[in-house]
Amino acid sequence: MWNYTEKVMDYFLHPRNIGELPDADGVGEVGNIVCGDAMKLFVKLAEDKKTIAEAKFQTFGCASAIASASALTEMLIGKTLEEASKLTNQDIADFLGELPEEKMHCSVMGMEAFQAALVDMHKRHPELDVPIIVEETGENRIVCQCFSVTEGKIREVIQKNHLTTVEQVTHYTKAGGGCGGCKDDIQAILDDVLGKAKAAKEAASTERPACQLTTLQRIALIQETFDNIIRPGLKADGGDAELVDVNGDQVTVRLAGRCAACPSAIQTLKHWVEAKLREKVSGAITVVEAK
Amino acid sequence: MESSTDIIYVDNNATTRLAPEVVEAMTPFLTTWYGNPSSPHPFGNEAAKAIVHAREAIATLLGAEPEEIIFTSCGSESDSTAIRSALETQRGRRRVLTTAVEHAAVLNLCKYLQHNGLHVDYLPVDSQGRINLEQAKALINDDTAIVSCMWANNEIGNIYPVEALGQLAHAHGALFHVDAVQAVGKIPINLKDSSIDFLSLSGHKLHAPKGIGVLYRRRFTPFQPYLIGGHQESGQRAGTENVASIAGLGRAAELAMAHMDEEQSRVRAMRDRLEAGLVASCPDPLVNGDRQSRLPNTLNICFRYIEGESILLRLYETAHICASSGSACTSGSLEPSHVLRALGLDYRSLHGSVRFSLSRYNTDAEIDTILQVTPGIIRSLRELSPFGRL
Repeated sequence: MWNYTEKVMDYFLHPRNIGELPDADGVGEVGNIVCGDAMKLFVKLAEDKKTIAEAKFQTFGCASAIASASALTEMLIGKTLEEASKLTNQDIADFLGELPEEKMHCSVMGMEAFQAALVDMHKRHPELDVPIIVEETGENRIVCQCFSVTEGKIREVIQKNHLTTVEQVTHYTKAGGGCGGCKDDIQAILDDVLGKAKAAKEAASTERPACQLTTLQRIALIQETFDNIIRPGLKADGGDAELVDVNGDQVTVRLAGRCAACPSAIQTLKHWVEAKLREKVSGAITVVEAK
Repeated sequence: MESSTDIIYVDNNATTRLAPEVVEAMTPFLTTWYGNPSSPHPFGNEAAKAIVHAREAIATLLGAEPEEIIFTSCGSESDSTAIRSALETQRGRRRVLTTAVEHAAVLNLCKYLQHNGLHVDYLPVDSQGRINLEQAKALINDDTAIVSCMWANNEIGNIYPVEALGQLAHAHGALFHVDAVQAVGKIPINLKDSSIDFLSLSGHKLHAPKGIGVLYRRRFTPFQPYLIGGHQESGQRAGTENVASIAGLGRAAELAMAHMDEEQSRVRAMRDRLEAGLVASCPDPLVNGDRQSRLPNTLNICFRYIEGESILLRLYETAHICASSGSACTSGSLEPSHVLRALGLDYRSLHGSVRFSLSRYNTDAEIDTILQVTPGIIRSLRELSPFGRL
């Protein structure tokens, strides 16, 4: 167990400024679901539109994440946006006395939430002079906060693999697979990439209803789905798979690469490979592992 | 912390309280009889006699013969000794089969072996943490040196079908090792006529001290010692015996025999009442593991939308309740539990996992307290969470 200062424990056990602000001027949402932290920060300005009148938060996370978020709201209230924008994560740690080294990311998350809230405020109130600290644009912009996936990465997989849906992007990159808050953003990127692709090549998609396929066409479609979607998806995680046999609705698959030694290989087969084949070919398909 | 008297200790799969009788059995060898059991004089012989007695008690608990008991320093040493021995004594064989939910003592050893060129298969588990024997059968062949499987899982309490798995291993001439650290003392064990070649146990999981373990080695099982040196333990494990701890473990084994029925009845009843109470009072609960085949003392439950470390700290601050969690933040590694991940739990659920593991020293009044304070803690943390309010 971690050693927390009395102040961290105080802010964890008695957090100040919990909750939402329905009439917030800026809302920032950040987090990393794998590590187990997420935070939503609400900031409301005073009449002068310069001073922070209210700040509230919601946090999913450990004691230091909750304490950092609560401390941040206390530090923000009463400061002008200009003053607040100069705060650093170290200020949060100092305010709390000290944070364990491994938990410093909790204070970083607090600052990221505030920066996100400022960006949001700028969008809501373009007339205000909001001091935006970091707004990464272009390729390096983090689209999915949960899994830290950049816009560049998403564009790359869409182009290379001819992806067309948000769900596919999630399967390839994990982006959108955590809180799901970036799905609209992913859709916008998809629209952008696909719009350009369409202009370049007039390729009409040929959606074939699986129920009308002949057996041969059906096997071909399974093979196609396997080669174009499933294997690239597994390869993205260092794995691979081989299509062994198709017998009626039963598809036999052998996992290879990292997948073969992966403790969650069965989950991969059932939840991902099978789901993909059901989506693309037929809802009746079951996937079994080759013995 | 000033005192441990007001602690509600429900983290017994992590370690257990020393039984007072165990302390009593150890004390003479920490004070009066400090001799070396290998010494030729009668003074040393007192220590040697204590070891003989302890060996017999442990053999009785396991349904084994005294000469099949090797004292080691801990469960991890026993695991490493067994698996490495099997690989050394069967040099032609290059495969190991284990499960995805083993303790780090086995899992990380296997990863190390894999790194050094051995082929290791990790049996996956289903959403309730169960293994599939058909799948195991397919992964064992004449190249398999050893199959290693835990008897019971430390996190979710699942009891595994070790006897059947051992037979599958033997069908291909492979050795079979069982990490029984969580099972010994909680469920009856009888190794006579079993398919188990090696079995590991750890003293501090059954009210004996930390720093003492046992490796059971079935008679005539090929063996290569891990620690080489003196002739102690019939040349199977070098190093002067930890006499006091061995005496303590022997006493703990006797107590475990005497309390076995209580584990199955009173401890189980407390666990079941705790489970039913939490499921009823905390919305959207998720009980992990195989409820048909589970240790009587273990409850692993996910409180979705909130994080384990927060829950544990609040439990402690509110009523000095000591439990554990599979959340990333409670481990030094900032990685969530590999066991819960192997069940296929989504991250949001597994971060909110809490394990309550009881012992015969827990009381109904303690269960009442846990049931009183937990729902409020869950509610107030959920009020903090951006993910859900129930």
